[in-house]
Amino acid sequence: MKKNVVKSIVAIGIGAALFFVLGRFVAIPSPVPNTNISTQYGLLAFLACVYGPVVGALAGLIGHALIDFSYGWGIWWSWVIASAVFGLLVGLFSLKKKTVASLNISQVIAHAIAWIGVAPVLDIVMYAEPVDKIFLQGAVAAVANIVTTAIIATLLLLAYNATKPKAGSLKKEK
Amino acid sequence: MTNIFNYIDRKSPIHNLTGATKFVCLLLWSFAAMVTFDTKILALLPVVSFILFGLSKIKLKDISFLLVFTLVFMVMNNVLVFLFSPMHGTELYGSCTEICKLWGNNYLTVEQLWYHLNLVLKYFSTMPIVILFISTTEPSEFAASLNKIGVKYTIAYAVSLALRYIPDVQREYHEISLAQQARGIEMSSKENIVKRLKSASAILIPLVLQSLERIDVITNAMELRGFGKNRKRTWYRSRKFTKADIISMIFCGALLLLSIGMNIYNGSRFWMPHF
Repeated sequence: MKKNVVKSIVAIGIGAALFFVLGRFVAIPSPVPNTNISTQYGLLAFLACVYGPVVGALAGLIGHALIDFSYGWGIWWSWVIASAVFGLLVGLFSLKKKTVASLNISQVIAHAIAWIGVAPVLDIVMYAEPVDKIFLQGAVAAVANIVTTAIIATLLLLAYNATKPKAGSLKKEK
Repeated sequence: MTNIFNYIDRKSPIHNLTGATKFVCLLLWSFAAMVTFDTKILALLPVVSFILFGLSKIKLKDISFLLVFTLVFMVMNNVLVFLFSPMHGTELYGSCTEICKLWGNNYLTVEQLWYHLNLVLKYFSTMPIVILFISTTEPSEFAASLNKIGVKYTIAYAVSLALRYIPDVQREYHEISLAQQARGIEMSSKENIVKRLKSASAILIPLVLQSLERIDVITNAMELRGFGKNRKRTWYRSRKFTKADIISMIFCGALLLLSIGMNIYNGSRFWMPHF
């Protein structure tokens, strides 16, 4: 088995643990009452960008399912799957380019697909909830997540790039 | 910190079932509750789950916190649905029995109330069984059980790693947060939203960079021990199936079949008696 596979498994495990802790215990109060800002999607976008689509999708899936388990209200599969789709899409878009600009473009597209596309459609199929309520919830979630992800994922990626030595940063002494 | 999943250790027939059985039953059960809007089935499932609760020796006060949380969520969701489309029931059931006028072109209808009854029943048919699962299954056995029902062991191991490192990450987060607060960052609602996000990043960056390092260390350790060399692996926590395991899986399978069967018999997912 290649080294990458073991590394991906560990990255999924630790990524899911980080996602869980951020989603469950790190609640930043937002201006809207009873709504917290979810910082975990910024982390997920960053992980998907660095480790690829498989890690992004599975870390989102496991992390989100564990959050739902720990609250005990039953797994809300439609939103768990949407988290996985978000990680997968960001990972796929970032396969070639890992710049701040490309990460931000891909996260905006992925959030839109996940929260205005996947989550509401699954909600309607599984729970037969009214269409306009679901899409409003999805749109609000998408906008809030896009803003937080833009700030957090960008800062994370910049910090991560700064830790990597650049090509040609060493010079031979004369 | 160790008990975030609310596992309660008691001696009971439910605790004795293997983790794999309980996980399969949970999946079958939640699908059974998900596919149908037949009120008879949605009323049957909560009754059966309350009997199971009795068997498991989990007391109401053990889980009251989880229960209150979920009930609040349920009420909020119902209110939202009603405010957004008070005529949703009419669309679903295809008939309109008005009780009184509300606002605009909207009426309070029997169909809408029936739909809300079904929605509430739906919560009561999945919620107790999930609470039962998390309070009677040990987290480490849960990871082993995933492998047993056919999930690749590498993925099951990732789940196991996540469960193992959640307390560590949590402690690390707490330490970094205290250190940054000592340097004067503010995360409460006194600051404006952009500032708050920036202070969150001041904690996240060290936490994530440290975790990336941790990923490398664990990868090397697993690599050295030959992880992933063979196609199969054994689990310290796994147990053999007993008769009770097989019976409970067949029972939950039958529930799913019954619920799909009722959908076919009714001709649709929705069912309503004639008033």
